[in-house]
Order: sequence, then C-alpha cells, then structure tokens
Amino acid sequence: MATLYIDNQPYEVTSGNNLLETCLTLGFDLPYFCWHPAMGSVGACRQCAIKVYKDENDKKGKLVMSCMEPVTNNQRISITDAEAKEFREEIIGWLMTNHPHDCAVCDEGGSCHLQDMTVMTGHSYRKFRYKKRTHINQNLGPFINHEMNRCIQCYRCVRFYNDYAGGKDFDVFASRNNVYFGRHEDGVLENEFSGNLSEVCPTGVFTDKTLKQHYTRKWDLTMAPSVCQHCSLGCNTIAGERYGSLRMIANRYHGEVNGYFICDRGRFGYEFVNAPDRVRQPVLNGKTVGRDEIMEEIKKRLKESKVIGIGSPRASIQSNFALKALVGKNNFYHGVSENEHDMAELAIQILKEGPARTPSLKEVESADAIFIMGEDLTNSSPMLALAVRQAVRVKPMKEVIQANIPDWHDYAAREFVQEKKGPLYSATIHGTKLDDIAAQTHYAAPDEIARLGFAVAHRIDSSVPDVENYPDELKKLADTIAEGLKKAERPVVISGLSSESESVMKAAANVAWALNKSNKNTGLVLTMLECNSLGLAMMGGGKLDGAFNAILHSHADTAIIMENDLYRHGSTATVDKFLKMCRQIIVLDHTPNPTMSKAHVIIPAGTFAESDGTLVNNEGRAQRFFQVYEATDVIQESWRWLLNMGVNAGNERMSHWKNFEDITKAISDEEPMLKGVETITPPATYRVAGQRIPREPHRYSGRTAMNAHLNVSEPKPPEDPDSSLSYTMEGYRGLAPSSMIPYFWSPGWNSVQSVNKYQQEVAGHLRGGDPGLRLIEANKNTEPNYFMSVPEFFQPIAGHFWVVWTHHIYGSDELSNKSASVSQRVPKPYVMINPKDAEELKLTEGQLLSFEVLKDVYELPVRINNTIPAGLAAMPYALEGMPATGLPEWGIIKSVDRK
Amino acid sequence: MNGSTMEKPLTQHLREDGKPLSLKEYEQIGGYQALKKVMKMTPQEVQKLVKDSNLKGRGGAGFSTGLKWSFVPMNVPSPKYLIANADEMEPGTFKDRIFLEQTPHQLIEGMIIASFAIQASESFVFLRWAYKTAAAEILKAIHEAHQAGYLGKNILSSGYNLEMHLHTGVGRYMCGEETALLNSLEGKRANPRAKPPFPQVSGLFGRPTIVNNVETLCCLPHIVNNGADWFKKLSLTQDAGTKIYGVSGKVKKPGAWELPMGVTLRELIEEHAGGMQDGLKFRGALPGGASTDFLVEEHLDVKMDFTSVAAVGSRLGTGTVVILDDKTCPVGFVKNLEHFFAQESCGYCTPCREGLPWVEKILQSIESGDGRAEDIKLLDSHTHLLGPGNTFCALAPGAMEPLQSALKYFRDDFEQHVREKGCNYSSKRKLQTTR
Repeated sequence: MATLYIDNQPYEVTSGNNLLETCLTLGFDLPYFCWHPAMGSVGACRQCAIKVYKDENDKKGKLVMSCMEPVTNNQRISITDAEAKEFREEIIGWLMTNHPHDCAVCDEGGSCHLQDMTVMTGHSYRKFRYKKRTHINQNLGPFINHEMNRCIQCYRCVRFYNDYAGGKDFDVFASRNNVYFGRHEDGVLENEFSGNLSEVCPTGVFTDKTLKQHYTRKWDLTMAPSVCQHCSLGCNTIAGERYGSLRMIANRYHGEVNGYFICDRGRFGYEFVNAPDRVRQPVLNGKTVGRDEIMEEIKKRLKESKVIGIGSPRASIQSNFALKALVGKNNFYHGVSENEHDMAELAIQILKEGPARTPSLKEVESADAIFIMGEDLTNSSPMLALAVRQAVRVKPMKEVIQANIPDWHDYAAREFVQEKKGPLYSATIHGTKLDDIAAQTHYAAPDEIARLGFAVAHRIDSSVPDVENYPDELKKLADTIAEGLKKAERPVVISGLSSESESVMKAAANVAWALNKSNKNTGLVLTMLECNSLGLAMMGGGKLDGAFNAILHSHADTAIIMENDLYRHGSTATVDKFLKMCRQIIVLDHTPNPTMSKAHVIIPAGTFAESDGTLVNNEGRAQRFFQVYEATDVIQESWRWLLNMGVNAGNERMSHWKNFEDITKAISDEEPMLKGVETITPPATYRVAGQRIPREPHRYSGRTAMNAHLNVSEPKPPEDPDSSLSYTMEGYRGLAPSSMIPYFWSPGWNSVQSVNKYQQEVAGHLRGGDPGLRLIEANKNTEPNYFMSVPEFFQPIAGHFWVVWTHHIYGSDELSNKSASVSQRVPKPYVMINPKDAEELKLTEGQLLSFEVLKDVYELPVRINNTIPAGLAAMPYALEGMPATGLPEWGIIKSVDRK
Repeated sequence: MNGSTMEKPLTQHLREDGKPLSLKEYEQIGGYQALKKVMKMTPQEVQKLVKDSNLKGRGGAGFSTGLKWSFVPMNVPSPKYLIANADEMEPGTFKDRIFLEQTPHQLIEGMIIASFAIQASESFVFLRWAYKTAAAEILKAIHEAHQAGYLGKNILSSGYNLEMHLHTGVGRYMCGEETALLNSLEGKRANPRAKPPFPQVSGLFGRPTIVNNVETLCCLPHIVNNGADWFKKLSLTQDAGTKIYGVSGKVKKPGAWELPMGVTLRELIEEHAGGMQDGLKFRGALPGGASTDFLVEEHLDVKMDFTSVAAVGSRLGTGTVVILDDKTCPVGFVKNLEHFFAQESCGYCTPCREGLPWVEKILQSIESGDGRAEDIKLLDSHTHLLGPGNTFCALAPGAMEPLQSALKYFRDDFEQHVREKGCNYSSKRKLQTTR
C-alpha cells in the first residue's frame, strides 16, 4: 500500500499500479483512450495527462501520462491542474481535426467513449479550419462494420486483435495522420473474437453489423443480464431488445468468467431469436390453435396417457426440473446420448470426488503451464482458448517483473518478452488454432491422447500405471510434458467432451490428480457440449436410451420433448423409430428442428431472451439469466408452460409453484447438487429505496409513441413477477446488485467503459462480488482414486476409418447456426483425412469419399489435413446433414469419386 | 585538409578521390591497431577509458558514451547487441556519410571496440536507404574484416566472437530514433518505444543493446590508440574531441570539416564555409540540423559544443549548420521543415500525428496569404503543447524547436504575412528558387 496525494488529498492505494487505473478505481473521472484494463498501457493517445510533483514544495510539477507512471509512496499528483486540463482538452482538439462530426448518424452515438471523453475534457469549439483526411472502408464480413474516417488511432483494435486474441489478418498500415486499421484487403475477419472490436474501439470505427441491420440507439434498448447459450463456458452477456426483436448481445463483465470479452459465436449467435420461422403459436396436428384450446387438449391427453419427459442440456434447470416434476422423476430422461450422459456424470464425479479444483476462466489466464487433451478449444469453447492465449504469457511475464518493468506496461513487456511463451502442451486429434503458441503439439487418435495422458501422469506419480511398449519419442514427449507441468506454480489440465472419449477425460483427471499431490494449485478444466450440460447432469434422470426403451416396451406412449432436437443426440434410425412408436409427441421449443417436425403438439417456448432461468456452466457455476422482454403472442418459458400443464393436470406439488422463485426454491430443496441456486440473485421482492432495477436507460425514448398506431393510450408496462427488474426506464439508477446489472452506465460514462465504476478495483471483481454460485468444490486433500486402465494403442484397420469429431465454432452449435450472420460462416460438410490415406485412395482435395458410419452412408468432399493421423477421418460435428452423436466409431470405406 | 594530422584524427587519411580506404590502406595508416590493443584489455577497462575521454554521442543528444555503455548488464547470457546508427536523415545533416563512404573500416573497428566493451555478440549497421554507395562499401569492408579475422569467431585469438550485419532501412526519419530503429530492425513498424526500459536493458529482441552514432564509433579507435587525455585536449572547450561540422545554405563553400570541438559559429561560416554568397546577409542558423532552435546574429560567437550551444537556447545536435539568409522567407523555410516532420511522424501519439500536420497547414495558410491573427497564437500554443514529455518521443518536440525560435526571432515576418496576406520574399529574390 502507498499514500497518494491527489490534489493534496491523501488516499491509501496499491503501490505499483499505474496512476490512471488508481485514479479510476478511486472514482475520479480521468479521460483515456489507448489504455484498456485488460490490455494495459502503451502511452499512445496522451489523453490521461496529469501533473506529478517532486514534493510538496514543487508548485510547477511535470506533465506525465498517468497510464505510464507507477504509484509510489507519498507521491503528489494533480488531476485538476490547469496545464494538465488544457493539454487533455487539446488532445481531443487534435483528435477532432480528423474525426467527422457525424455523431447524429453514427452507430456509436450515445454510447461512445470518444463523446464521453470529449465532454469530460470540456472541448467544445473547434479551432481547426482545414479539410479532414478521409479513408476508404472495407467490407469485413457479416459481423463487423468498418468506418475508418471515425478513427482516432488509439491502436486498441490492433492490440486486441493481434496481441491479445492472436489474429493474423488485421493490422495497422501507413503512417503519420494517415494510419489505417484494417485488413490488407477487403475480406471476412478470421479471428473468432472479432466482435470485441466493437467494444474495444472507443468510437464508431468497428461496430456490430448485426445491430446495424436493425439499428436502434443503445439507450433505446430494453436490456437484461443474460448468460450465453452457445457453449458450456457461461459467459455473461447483456441482451437488448426493441420493438419485440432482439437487437444486440454485448459483453457483461464478470471478474471470474469472461472478463471484458466474448466470442463471435456468443455475440452474433443471438439472431436465431428473431428468425422468421420461430414457433410463435401452439400447433395441434399441424394446425395453429389458441392457448386455451391447446391447454385443454394437453390436459386431456396427459390424463389418458403414460407420459415420459425428455429434458435438454440447452434448457434451464427450471425448465428441466418442471418437466421432471410433471412427468415424475422415474419418467424423466436426459435428452442426451448415452456417451454424453455418461461423460457428464463422469465429469461431475471427477470434479466432485477428485482432489483437483476446476478453475474459472480468469484463473486459467493465470496458469503458468497448460496441458490440453483432446479439445480444439477455439472451436468448442472459444473463450477458453482466449484464456489459454493469455496464460502462455504468465511465465515470461515473471522475467518482465524481474527486469523492473511493471506488468501493466504492455508496450515494454511485449518488447521484452518478444516471442517467448510459457509451456502449453496440446494433444489433439488434429491441428488447432492454439498450435502457434504451443511448446509441444501431438496429433493422435483419442485413445492415443489418453495414453499420452497416462504416460504423463505416471511420470508425475508412479502409482498411475505407465503405458506399456510406449515408443521412445512419445516417452520423451511425456517426460517433457511431465517436467513442464511439475515445474509450474499453477498448472492447468484441460479436457472435455468434444472428442467424446471417456478415456481422454479419465487420463486428464489422472494427470491433474497426480500433479495435485505435490501442488495444490493444480487446476482441471472439463468442457461440456452445451450451455447447461452440467446442470442437467446434476439433476439426475434416465438416459435417452431409457426413454426409447420405455416407449419401445410400451411402458409409456407419450413423450414430452423439451427444447431438444433428438436427432442431435441419437442416431437417425433410432430416433425415427422412437418418434414413430410414440402415440403422441408433445414438443416445447422455440425454433423448428427435425424432431419438432414430427410432433403432434407443438408448444411455443421462449428463447433465453424471453425467459428467466439458471444455467450451470462447465465450472459448476450456476448463473441466472433474466427475461429481456415479454414475448409476443403466447410464447412463454418452457417451465411456465409445464407449470400450467401440471396445475391443469392437478399436480399437487406443482400447484404450489407460482413463479420462478418458487420453482427455483424447490430445485434447491429437492436436488442436492443444486442446493443454493435460489441465492444467486436477490429475490423478486428486492427493491432499492422502494424501486426496481430498470431494464431501460433513463434516456429510453418513444415509450408513449411506439404503440400509438394500435392505441393512443399508452399501455401499462408489464410487471415482472420473477425478478426485481422493471420493464421501464423508471427505477433505481445506482449500482444494481452484481448479478442483475442490465447495462453499464454511470454519469458521464455512456459507453461500455463505464464498467470501471462497477468494479471493486479496475479490472477486478464486480462490486458486491462476481455473480453466480460454484456448486462443485473439490476437496484438495482427497486421495486420488486414479483410473487404472490404460487404453490399447490405436491400430488403423485397412478399408476403414476411425471416424472422429471435429468441431466448428460456426456450425456445431444448434442455435447460433440459425443466426443470419453466423450461418454465413458455417462451412459446407466435408470429411478430413490424412494425406497418406488420400494418396492411398488416390483422392485429391475436394473429391468425394463415400463411407458408412453409424449405419448411415455419407458421401463427402475430402479435406486433406497434414495433422490428422492416418487411419482417422474427422467429420464436422452437427453441421447440416452431419451426425452429432455416436462418434468416434469405425467407418467403412465404400467408394471414391475422383471426378 | 590543412593543419597537423593530430587535429583531424578521424578524417586525416581520406583519399583525395573520395574512394574508400581499402583494408590494406587502412591497416597501413594504423588501422586495427586499436582493436589489437583492446583485445588485451578487459571490457571494463575499455568502458573506463571511453568514459574518461568524455566522449559524447555525436547523434544529437550529446550523452556520455561511456556512461551509456555502463548501463548494459555485464553478467547476462548472450546475445547482446551493438548497433551503429547510420540512418542519417536529419535534414541538413551529411556528416556520417563521409565515414560510411570513405572509411568503412574505421567504423567497423569502432564497432568491434564498442561491442567488446559491452560484450555484444552481434552487431548491425543500420544504414539509410539512400546511401547506396555506402551500402556497397560497408558490405565489402565487413567481408574483408571477416577474412582478416577481425570479425567472426575468436577475434585475434582473444576468444571473443562478434558477427556484423548490414541492414538498410526503407527511408523513414523515425528510424534515426534509437528505439524506433530497434523496432524497424526487428521487422516491426518504426514506432518509438517507451523509455524506460532503456535499450541498454531491453533493446533489440528484448536483449541489452547499445545504439551509437557513426561518428561516435569512429572516435573510438583513436581514443584507444592515443588515450583519454589526448582526446580531451583535441577540443577547445569542456566537450572533448574533434567534431565534424557542416554548413549548408547560401554560403560560398558549403561542406563538412573535422574541427576541434568548440569552434565558433562565426568561424565555421566565415572561414570554413567561405561566408555568405554575394548579396545575401546572414539572418539565422539552425546549428545542429532541422530539429534545433535558430541562432541569430547575436549568437555568432557561440562555441559550437554541446554545453555552449545549450546555454544560448539551442542544441549542438549533429553539428551541421543550416543557414537562413535575408532573402529567404523564414515562414516558408519553417513550413518546409514542418512539412518534413509531419510527413515523418510515425502516427503513434496524438500530439505529433495530429499536431504537426495542423502546424504545417497553418504555416501554409500564412505563407499563401490565408493567415489569420489567431493562427500565430495557435502556432505559439503548439510549440509548448508539443513540448518534451508531452509526446511519446522527441520527434515533435524537435520539430517545434525551429518553429518556436522562428516565432521568437522572426515574429515580424509572421505578422507581416498575416497583415499583408502573403509572402513578399519572392520579390526580394533575384533568382527565385521554387520548391
């Protein structure tokens, strides 16, 4: 700690931090551009100038950039000094010499950091009387709009895209007042985190192109805290609506999970909510019917049927629980494949009963050695890949600190570190986008990845069995990895479900547990396939096969299938057969899918944007998402439909549950693993000074007019029975509880930079603590119960391929696929094989390979990939026409088409 | 070349035809004797010798060379780097070119001595792109030195290893700034780096690095051969050694000469440059390149050394004087300079990137008759807003030096331009030289 005098007032602050972040943490308004809390200082914009004095007798002082100076004890600075203020104002004056005066038509207007900083410095009148320089803009693809004339050259975009996110197709070009930020030519931005440019850019150069297509001012949005639905990491988001359609997803800062950034799947996948083919009305045998009619019909049908319920890993725990309550726990089935079911349970067992703690994303960022097993993270869990990319800097940053360079001094640190990276070991089926930062890569079949894991674990703790007859070069690799992990202070092992190999996950657990024996800081991350895979698994329920058998053996005749396309979890033949055997199929969902097309009854469920719910991410963190807007038509949450059905059917237990809180409380009481989930947000009765937290900013406009074409009387705003958020702009304007921040705003801070005001210290935890509740905590002192069976070595079979998954950030997720922007990035189906196999089959890139796997015959163009081992073929997970379950499995080569 | 040989140690042996000295010729006049001596010394002894000699950097900043070296950590693993800054691009400056084209071995010997003093294992000549002749000569000389065993492994059986490479820039003024030079050499944009950390600690590829000016390096063999005291005595003032002074502008004999440190500006112009051209009067001079403050008539007797020039409000800089005569418009003169600086800004920090083009546009307005009274105020405010510390590097503060002094000494001209809506210098000139 140090005493810092700011304009002669003493403050107790952390020494060593830079003066800018210190002033911001203390609540001072000090303008800045190039500094970013996640990316540190570079001293480019010169906006954060303050005065530093030698001592109390020094009256003149020296102008310094506060982002570039560390706090020292008894230091005296001034923010209000006239010369410093003049300089800060003049910085804006200079920036305005070329910045267009197009705020009124700029996408960023009203949520623009440049506007805020301009007002903050007091710059009002321009003195520059010459022509502005102009640029030509680029088409950067479906996600990001480019308007270079607005650029103020803060260099944040290129620092984020290249330095932070590892992008390679973006740069700064030219020099002087002509510097240009973009691609070398028009084209789609390739990096999976490009959407963050819209938040990193302090003005309107890079903006959300999907928002632009149905543009509204951000202050005109109705917003609510949400949780991303498109992978298992549970990034926090803000979802915004206007005129009944979802307009935008933005990052919602979480100090432990996603920090300042989200991936492009998460940001742009939301458009499925607005898809024209959304289910908006109940359908009975192909005919649209009213709400009362369908409820009556269901009541009748449930009465005379034996019903089973099939839940979903992409539905909230509330919806799954309501279904379970409706059909009875013995008739409730997880709607996932046997393997997915078993592996999710295995994951829980490993994390709960084993000694290794599962770290948050933020903790992964501070790991100093990482071993990835079987996961193509960039495609399966993108934000975890971004965290890994930061973690490889941890080890070299130790040298930076030793050289007396502050860790926030990004420019100096990067020059000092150069290309040095901490140890990242990656064992995957084929090459991944993290290979460029990996110390060692190993491409192998899943069982071979598991064998490497066993070999590594054995080298750390000899009570894990070694791999017999292991080749020398792999022994050497295992030695290297074991050594690297043992030397680390905070090693992390990452595995998961995406290769769907139990042996890989078990081997990963062995490695982490072996490390944990001597290092209690060891972390083990297991990724899941969907946003609530873990929450569903924590609930208990039968396997999907059980559901199939129940119908097949006539224990039941009616299936309620909730938010689940069974074709993603069972083979086509089985699901076809199952659906055919069901006398009645009742589907609750929001988006059409093949399962729904076979339903007798379709109930229009709300998407996340129209729903309240709780998801459990891969870390075991339960997180609440809030309804953004009341759905139009009769759409409501699945759990609410199911409650209605239960009450209608005279379900005594369900009739006590009136709202979201009642059902959540019941979950906490009845599901031991989900105990406490009702505590993650304040109750719906929570008020601040008698007021709700408003979903709309105070500048929200048009409320009295937006429905005037229907009725000139303004309707009463809806009341939210499920949370203490209001659907209007009235309410409490101060800091909301951290779990229910609908948008970031603070007086004078209209852009996302206002998040500074919500943090305990800049870039730290949210005030009031980061939201969510970790439901799984390992006991680090438990003796590991190692998995002892080493898989056999992988032996290719002539005429066959061992068909495995390859995941795609765009395409492998069910819902984001339906987003208009994301769908433009989805690849065409293909099969990936090794050059040697291609040569043997006399196939060249793009020629068709026909093979049979899982009883289906596929004819797909080949992609020849140098990294995938011979004997393996990878199919893109869940792309259109591709399976999403059952692999890995042997496939039989049928024929080749060399045309 | 007149005077005794000892007075011009750096240039005494230049060939009359301007051709470079071959290795043989260089060795015949005592070349590489200093290196032989150094190989029997410890790095610390070399550092101390150079520190004692009071040699100050000839690139413009005038920082003690020995002191600069002393910041390099000695007990760190290889590699460390030594770089000769041969990116001579300061307008009006053409002194290093003499060494680069005519005595490449003198430079190489100096570089080896400097490398040894800091125990560098790799060295680079970062050469201005346009110096094509020099590039060929240096490449040849490096090869010759290698063949002769002055470079490479186990130099002169001392156990010391050093490689040397030539790198030609692509013609950015910015690369003359040592940290921007490092970025450029690494293949990155020629943006300057933040200091601290200084290159001595974290330089090329994050390793300890020394960047020295060509002329500075050329002094080293002579200091080693003749001693620190001898070097100090070469000078007329407290700043040691000889200096390559140059004069350009409308003088009778523009050129560059090695002279004792501390000759007066008057002597330079009147004796060595032959005085002003007929019909022209001396109006002012930039004493050390385009980024130094004007000196005027009252300063003609100032001693041209780092300390004395600083005392009258300018800088010795590179020691190459640019003359302003009475028939050249000072506004246009400064406008040309600011055009150069605005063009050469790397675009990294706001004040430089946006401020310099604005200054240029204002000067253009004033010069072309579109000036307004408030324009001069804007120029005034820029001279202090773009001051040292306010910008990321010294480019913009350097650019402000001729402007602020022009506004001080030639303010009437600026005001007259505004008042009379244009420049009347062209009519003063018999022979109009246009740009």
